[in-house]
Amino acid sequence: MSAAAFSPRSLDAAVAALAADPGLLPIAGCTDLMVADPLRRLAMERVLDLTRIPELAGIREVEGAVEIGAATTFRALGDSPLVRDLFPALAEAARVVGGWQIQNRATLGGNVANASPAGDSLPVLLALDAALVLAGPAGTRALPYGEFHLGYRKTALAPGELVARVRLPRPAPGTVQAFRKVGTREAQSISKVVVALAARVEGGAIAEIHLAAGSVAPVPVRLRAAEAAAAGRSLGAETAERVAAAAAGEIKPIDDVRSSADYRRFVLGRVVRRMLLDIGAAGAAGGAA
Amino acid sequence: MSVTVRAAVNGEERALTGHPMARLLDVLRESLELTGTKEGCGEGECGACTVLFDGEPVLSCLVPLFQCDERQIETVEGLAEAPRARAFLDRFVAAGGVQCGACTPGIIVTAWALLEREARPDVEAVRDALAGNLCRCTGYEGILRALAVDAGADETEEAAR
Amino acid sequence: MRTDTPTSEVRSGPGPIGTSPPRPDGLAKVTGAAVFADDLVLPGLWFGATLRSPHAHARIAALRFDPARAPEGTVAVTARDLPGPNGVQLIDDEWPVLADGVVRHVGEAVALVAAPTRIAARQALAAFTVEYEPLPAVLTMAEAAAAEAPPLATVEIAYGDVEAALAAADVVVEGTYRTGHQEHIYIECQAMTAWEEDGVLVAAGSMQCPYYVHKSLVHAFGLPANRVRVRATAVGGGFGGKEDYPSLIALHAALLARAAGRPVRLAYDRHEDIVATTKRHPAEVRHRTGLRRDGTLTAVDVEVLLDGGAYRTLSSVVLSRAALHAGGPYRCPHVRVRGRVLATHTAPNSAFRGFGAPQTQFAMERQMDRAARALGLDPYTIRARNVAGPGDELPTGQVLDESAGGRLCLEEVERRTGFTARWRELERERAFRLGDGSVRFGDGAEGRKPARGVGLSLYFHGAGFTGNGERRMRSPVAARLLADGRIEVLTAMTDMGQGCAAVFPQIAAAAAGVGAEDLVFAEPDTAEVPDSGPTVASRTTMIVGGAIASAVGELRRRVDEWLAARGETPGAFRAAAARYVAAGEPAEVEVRHEPPEGQQFDDERYQGAAYPTFSWGADVAEVEVDPDTFAVHPVRVTAVCEVGRAIHPRLCAGQVEGGTLQAVGWALLEEVKLADGRYLNDRLATYIIPTVRDTPRIDVHLLERPWAGGPFGAKGMGELPMDGGAPAVAQAVENATGLEIDELPITPERLYERDRDGRRVGG
Repeated sequence: MSAAAFSPRSLDAAVAALAADPGLLPIAGCTDLMVADPLRRLAMERVLDLTRIPELAGIREVEGAVEIGAATTFRALGDSPLVRDLFPALAEAARVVGGWQIQNRATLGGNVANASPAGDSLPVLLALDAALVLAGPAGTRALPYGEFHLGYRKTALAPGELVARVRLPRPAPGTVQAFRKVGTREAQSISKVVVALAARVEGGAIAEIHLAAGSVAPVPVRLRAAEAAAAGRSLGAETAERVAAAAAGEIKPIDDVRSSADYRRFVLGRVVRRMLLDIGAAGAAGGAA
Repeated sequence: MSVTVRAAVNGEERALTGHPMARLLDVLRESLELTGTKEGCGEGECGACTVLFDGEPVLSCLVPLFQCDERQIETVEGLAEAPRARAFLDRFVAAGGVQCGACTPGIIVTAWALLEREARPDVEAVRDALAGNLCRCTGYEGILRALAVDAGADETEEAAR
Repeated sequence: MRTDTPTSEVRSGPGPIGTSPPRPDGLAKVTGAAVFADDLVLPGLWFGATLRSPHAHARIAALRFDPARAPEGTVAVTARDLPGPNGVQLIDDEWPVLADGVVRHVGEAVALVAAPTRIAARQALAAFTVEYEPLPAVLTMAEAAAAEAPPLATVEIAYGDVEAALAAADVVVEGTYRTGHQEHIYIECQAMTAWEEDGVLVAAGSMQCPYYVHKSLVHAFGLPANRVRVRATAVGGGFGGKEDYPSLIALHAALLARAAGRPVRLAYDRHEDIVATTKRHPAEVRHRTGLRRDGTLTAVDVEVLLDGGAYRTLSSVVLSRAALHAGGPYRCPHVRVRGRVLATHTAPNSAFRGFGAPQTQFAMERQMDRAARALGLDPYTIRARNVAGPGDELPTGQVLDESAGGRLCLEEVERRTGFTARWRELERERAFRLGDGSVRFGDGAEGRKPARGVGLSLYFHGAGFTGNGERRMRSPVAARLLADGRIEVLTAMTDMGQGCAAVFPQIAAAAAGVGAEDLVFAEPDTAEVPDSGPTVASRTTMIVGGAIASAVGELRRRVDEWLAARGETPGAFRAAAARYVAAGEPAEVEVRHEPPEGQQFDDERYQGAAYPTFSWGADVAEVEVDPDTFAVHPVRVTAVCEVGRAIHPRLCAGQVEGGTLQAVGWALLEEVKLADGRYLNDRLATYIIPTVRDTPRIDVHLLERPWAGGPFGAKGMGELPMDGGAPAVAQAVENATGLEIDELPITPERLYERDRDGRRVGG
């Protein structure tokens, strides 16, 4: 197989190149890929650059949703007034993905396709009910983001498919969001636990809640037991404790070089509890929006 | 296999040839002998290899050569030649922002990008901008003094007199 | 940063003592022009790579290199190719240049290759076949202690009658304190280039001690001293990590250069640097302390265990300094310190800023806090009651001189921070939140407000080599008058960031009464400069600076006397000096540091003056602890340091700022994680050092009590700040959380476990 490095200027061209050579490695910000040992890096001879494709760039409003191009950098995401306004949890996540230099290069689509369980933005996508627009030889298809990660670094991308856009439904009125990364230090860190929340509060009670966590399982996960424990409950300390206990109980984290399973379970519960207390406090102050 | 890309390095058009996945860091240091850009970790963690890529600070150890086509790249050597950088560089030295000098080029490049966007940043803004640049010598105090308007530089300048 | 000494006006160049002119290497460093080890451009340069052991302990049953599997031209070197003894000459030569028959730690160098490119050299490693037969490995200090193998080094200091004093004490407090490895993480990784030039073996690279490298090359290659030349490039950070290791990497580069017949560079990547190079010794320190009810120390009994790793390297002297600082900066009539360095099958631990003293002073400061709690005293009072001052005797019998500034530091840091009132207030606040200890820290938090805590530490650091080191070395510096009348100063000291490139010119200018333009400083190149000793042990300004002052002062005196004898009035020095040189008068002088007669030390009995003097410090740290994550954020550290005289206050304070952050990183974040002797976190993504976001504001106040033995009153102080940060932070965390801190680093995981397990301090 001959070596190749393509830098297509349209999505069609990218898809066609990938169809012609399924061995091409799609790359964008390269913030994970380039960390490889030099011998492995130099063995990557057939690469497909996704950073110059207009269809993969930009953040735009569509009917009932916002679509974010896969090659959008975290810097652009964090700076976007639209994202900050509608998806503050995502904007917050974007601001804690590495330092400035990393944010300038790392892309949302890369975070998704790279499928690390520690990807900071991924629990947010779960909590916000994101869908992915995948582009492939047969055209584009939409896939609920929750069905994308099949296992540790395994995804539902079909051969020849690329992540083209991330579609986030406009949050219903009254939705509150929260994001918290517990990392190995205060900046430029890999997460020990990441938690994202989106909830709709009506009359002091939780009408609907999505809770998701990263770095606690081989893939980012929705905290279904915690959500069930929260649904319909009125906000307050008791509910917060109950939901936190459910969250800590439903995950099976591991010991690794960054943290311990015990601590991860503990801190996940604490963060969930704090998020619910904060929502309650904001609600009581009339600040929930 | 190798590719050739055309990029402006410190304002000068260059044809750069190498493996498509060669690190911009190595191309700068080895092909162009621009050794001001340093390698501190090779893994995107320390910031010592920071350069400006179309005006934005990026880590040159994580940029493959073939993505550099038609890009503007500025290194510490290029910034150092800008006449308006001189006062900043002098202030950086005077404030104690430099000790061993290995992180310094990366910090200078990142700080310069910050000052281009915000002429008088405060400590919080400097911390935000430099969170991806590790320094092991200064405790960051000298760097904050050199860059942040509210870092207490005046008091210390006085003491230095 | 402020100093309490009135300072005079700024001048260009090396300003007067006590001013802070821009460092002369500053502009080259901010513009990228400074040449570091991996920046040297040499024609025909090849690159080396190192084959390393994957086993903690194994016999090498077979080692083969198959040239057919390596890039063409590759040269390979194993222990069989060594021209002389297989040992790095330091204190002795027990550290192998290349493993021969057995490997004793993961990452130990087994063989070397050189090839035309970095990548080719890496690829060539695959051409080796090694058959290892794994052997039982001792991986921790606990296993080493249980194995009862002979220690790598021991020490004992006995002063008074500790057992009797403990028996008679009102209160006896016991404690055991543990600290872990610390990796230097100089931002420039180790790198060295070697080649042969006109029959001379040359090594150039990043190092603290050119003559250590020189000595090791002479030893291993069996060459006469004048056929080995060592040059230091700009040094991108050292902190002790480039004290002994550059000798090994220079030997490797030199072996490859000889084999390849061309220049060869070994430049470690970060992964390799973390795995293979030395680290701070992990320590376990046990205390039994006797006190009177009022808090007066009556007996201090300390047992120090250090993990030396697989080879002795500098462990014996690290242990010595650890033991000499184990009783802290305190007066006590009965002291016993017993120390051992245990061998483990891990990479050798060696020099790191502080050299054993941070470990033992962390333990002593924690023990003082524990004693204070037992007696119902606050941290300030117990320290103020016991701090040693002028005229007091240390456990070796050394009597402190007039410059002993511990009490001054303590009082000043209290005055500036209001520590004691704040500490008491936060103790009360915690008691209110957590009751009598039945409420966990995590449950007692109020809202999301972080818990605040403050902590105080008092510390000292022996300046210069321990014991008779300087007397044995009698290290010279040279100065000479050039034909144009300028003075050239020659020393082997390297500027690894600490700033001797700025401080030496200040000292020389002041001592000779000349200006910057009248001075030249030779590069640290063994072909040019005399062996003025290593750039270590906080000795550079104090010892070498002192010798520079004498040397240039002597030249000035000669010129002045020559002028006077000729009946001429002194005009511009340079013109006069040029005429002096032209007249063929003796224009060179070599000065050796001579320790004062009174400074005697008995190495066998550990009696006498262990250090020429001490620098002193007191820190107050303020932290916030997140009640949800148990993460500790250091908010501010106020460091008051007594340094004799700050020649260049900006750089002097810079040492305190940087050293304090290294101590805070060691206290909170930095941890080497090992499994089966392998590093789990051999990357900067996983070995965590502080970013600017993890860093407290560091407020430095320099106190100056000029010391008669140092140039213009200066004491060595580069390592001092490493001693104070960790105990101050630990106490602050206790103050905030009520959780007992006897181990570093204070990670959230560790705090969580302590809270879960109810490990609380009393009160």
